Amino acid sequence: MIKEKRIHLLAVCFASVALCAAGFAGLARLTFGQEQSGLAKSAGLSRAGEPRFFAIKGARIVTASGPAIEKGTVVVANGIITAVGTDASVPPEAAVIDGTGLTVYPGLIDAGTTVGLPGPEKPEGAGERGHGPRGPAPAKISTGPQDRPLTTPWRVAADELNPDDPRVANWRNAGFTTGLVQPDGGIFPGQGSVVDFGAGPAGKMVVKPLATLPVAFQTTGSFASFPSSLMGAIAYVRQVFIDTRWYAEAQPVYAAHPQDREHPPYDRTEVTVGEALQAGEPVLLPANNRLAVYRAIRLANEWQIHAAMYGAQNGYEMAGEIAASKMPVFVNVNWPHLEKDADETQVTLRELRLWDRAPSTPAALSKAGVMYAFYSGGLKNPKEILKDVKKAIDAGLSPGDALKAMTVNPAQILGVADRMGSIEKGKIANLVVADGDIFDEKTKIKDVFVDGMRYQVHADASPGPAGDSHQQPMEEGHEEVRQ
Amino acid sequence: MRLVMANFMRMRAARFFTAVTLAMLVSPLTAVAQNDAQDTSGAMLIKNAMVITITHGRIEHGSILIRDGKVAEVGTTVDAPADAKVIDASGMYVMPGIIDCHTHIAIDGDVNEGSISVSSMANIKDVLDPYDVNIYHELAGGVVIGNVLHGSANPIGGQTIVIKMKYGARPGDLPFPGALPGIKFALGENVKHSNFGGPIPRYPETRMGVEETIRDAFTRAREYQQEWAEYNRRKAAGEQNLIPPRRNVQLEPLVEVLEGKRYIHCHSYVSDEILMLMRVAKEFGFKVRTFQHVLEGYKVADEMAANDIGGSTFSDWWAYKMEAYDAIPYNMALMEKRGVIVSVNSDDPEEARHLNQEAAKSMRYGNLTENQALRLVTLNPAIQLGIDNHAGSIEPGKDADLVIYNRDPLSVYAVVQKTIIDGHVYFDREADISRRAGLAKEKQELLEKQKIAAKAAPKTEAEKNKKEEKKPHGKAKKHEKPQQPELADAMSGGAR
Repeated sequence: MIKEKRIHLLAVCFASVALCAAGFAGLARLTFGQEQSGLAKSAGLSRAGEPRFFAIKGARIVTASGPAIEKGTVVVANGIITAVGTDASVPPEAAVIDGTGLTVYPGLIDAGTTVGLPGPEKPEGAGERGHGPRGPAPAKISTGPQDRPLTTPWRVAADELNPDDPRVANWRNAGFTTGLVQPDGGIFPGQGSVVDFGAGPAGKMVVKPLATLPVAFQTTGSFASFPSSLMGAIAYVRQVFIDTRWYAEAQPVYAAHPQDREHPPYDRTEVTVGEALQAGEPVLLPANNRLAVYRAIRLANEWQIHAAMYGAQNGYEMAGEIAASKMPVFVNVNWPHLEKDADETQVTLRELRLWDRAPSTPAALSKAGVMYAFYSGGLKNPKEILKDVKKAIDAGLSPGDALKAMTVNPAQILGVADRMGSIEKGKIANLVVADGDIFDEKTKIKDVFVDGMRYQVHADASPGPAGDSHQQPMEEGHEEVRQ
Repeated sequence: MRLVMANFMRMRAARFFTAVTLAMLVSPLTAVAQNDAQDTSGAMLIKNAMVITITHGRIEHGSILIRDGKVAEVGTTVDAPADAKVIDASGMYVMPGIIDCHTHIAIDGDVNEGSISVSSMANIKDVLDPYDVNIYHELAGGVVIGNVLHGSANPIGGQTIVIKMKYGARPGDLPFPGALPGIKFALGENVKHSNFGGPIPRYPETRMGVEETIRDAFTRAREYQQEWAEYNRRKAAGEQNLIPPRRNVQLEPLVEVLEGKRYIHCHSYVSDEILMLMRVAKEFGFKVRTFQHVLEGYKVADEMAANDIGGSTFSDWWAYKMEAYDAIPYNMALMEKRGVIVSVNSDDPEEARHLNQEAAKSMRYGNLTENQALRLVTLNPAIQLGIDNHAGSIEPGKDADLVIYNRDPLSVYAVVQKTIIDGHVYFDREADISRRAGLAKEKQELLEKQKIAAKAAPKTEAEKNKKEEKKPHGKAKKHEKPQQPELADAMSGGAR
């Protein structure tokens, strides 16, 4: 599996090199206003020859890792932040941006999204939800854990990236330079990757291909196929971790003594899950209500895995217990609320309390000392993410902690704190330049830097209404790269 | 919703009934009532009550002293410390809290892993839900302990667990300490999927196949047990470089059954297959702890008694499917008189709220005594679940799991006033009533707040599209629900 992946990555690299060379030969003269072939666009040819040296001078710099710097300078060279401070010297080759009146933030990280991935693909064996015994049989019938239902841990987001997904530019324009991009659907949907939301090519966007192993206790929803129940799904995941450990133990013993025993059977799930555990990728367990939080804590202990929780919108009512678990938390900022046209008679007080208090969760987690990061939880318009974070601030969260939950915290949880998450020398040049406080609704984002490339955000660059983003390519003229 | 579809209706409908029917019957607001378990680690005195001890008769003007969650003293004169919290139960009746030997409440998600005929890997313990409002409703019916069972879709179902009805506690606090875990078995129409066609046929489809399925599972379990024994033997002998057998979460619980570490609670109706399971058990050397439902138990009561198998049945539910036609209301009494330990259970969150009345029917049908009748929902189920050293009667040293009625619990006019578990009041009728207005007010205020926010919120894309579509076509799209974000599936998996 690993071999395959490497070959795949290599192929991407070769392709990029070849295309870049072609770009220098003249193809790169295309601009955004003109029609581009899909090939040129996905290969990022429009970027060739653009400056890689910038200096933003005289701006307020919110570093996220230390105190803000008033009237400071950030120097960017070849994708890296090379200097930060009030007295940072500007190299002569740098394009200078007057930062007077502007604020520079680290690029924001959406710590859980499908941005950049092709449309949802149902893994084999996935049934429709909500069908009873009479429900239709899933495409592939599973008769037990041995059939590995709803399981594709070998899928890696980095291998499936589509730089042309219009949501990539939408997220970037909203200040999100990076995402934890995770495959969707199934019990083991695949592995998440840390991805920079640049223009591509795909390989260039990937910061860390193997970052997380998300788990969802999904069911087939049908008596035709295992697991039809939540408890069946949990039992299944338990068996997978047992099998994974067994294989990791059995294989080396066999390899050393192959002549007096049968060879252990090869299983793609055991191998890939084993590699993920070995690499220390956090296993993401669902935890979006009191019961699920307790369950995640118990199962992480039982299974002896390095686990994180996701969801956690009820964290306000059990922050202390979450803190005691020492598990990092991915907080879904897509706060639950009364749906328009909802039947009020069916609303329970329990729901109402959750809806009312969910945005106070981050403040409670901060107070309890929990390491947490924000994710967009399926929001379609990236501008809503900051609005929802603002609700958390209104409910008591400090703006500094709010920023950390989108910068240094996810970088730390995802094991990339040495290369991103703050404005410091040596970090990847992911920056957001805004004309004010990023949590102020009136603030406009002027520029976004991803991997040291500058993307200017036009005033009218409202993120497209991404009702079905896959059918709505980004309108031209929404953004351009300034020379 | 009688047992007609017993488990099968329930597995689709359980949540619906939980949310709607019961909420309407009692009060939607009890759904969120905080458990007002009071800290009574000091001491509590219940005085001037008619104490129904179950094991030592009735004590008029009796008192019960509770200390550290246990019954410390029972009698007409009890020395209580001055600082004990006192409950004056003048004119009231105190009896041991009701034990329901067959319930499917407090389960998050489906009650059945109905996809495979041996679903022993599924474990109720993984999905125990202390926030299920049915727990509170059953506290209001005097129930303190429940045997939470997997459904009956499979010959060998999931692992089961005995819980205390500690509404609102942490999931880990629910299991009855020290109680042996169980496993659900089932025979007959449900496991054959007779009364509902699945999307595809599943083995077994006959009662012969059911027996073979159980036989096959225990054959595999025995091999698995031996495989481990062999490994452990070689390892103990100092052999190096051994590869251990692969742990199997399906077979482990069956090995526990073989080793007497796990009880079998078997859903059953027809006498011949009840006898069948006894034969298979004998052959493989395991025990059946209880037959559940067991509506034809009166036909095989001698065999059950001889094999030391309990019967947990209904008072008067029958004819909801072919195999339930030979039921008679005398079943409880007839089994009891042949020496079977008998209990009456609910299998249903509504039925569970008046198990005292279900027990009382055994006096009308079969002339059981008052005490024999009450044993059906107290000491007998405690014996069946192996917890009778701690529960089922009011005796010094036992857990302080008590229910206080305003009248004799055998009367249809009896209403539960307080339900106590481990010395903590988990249901208090007066407190519940006084809390309702406040909860209603809170609910109304929060609802108004949400409505204002919903109005102020920008239109969702779905709503915008709806309007746009109206213009050209003049009709709105059907079922235009706000689209769930695609990530929500993966990211909310397991959330309710």
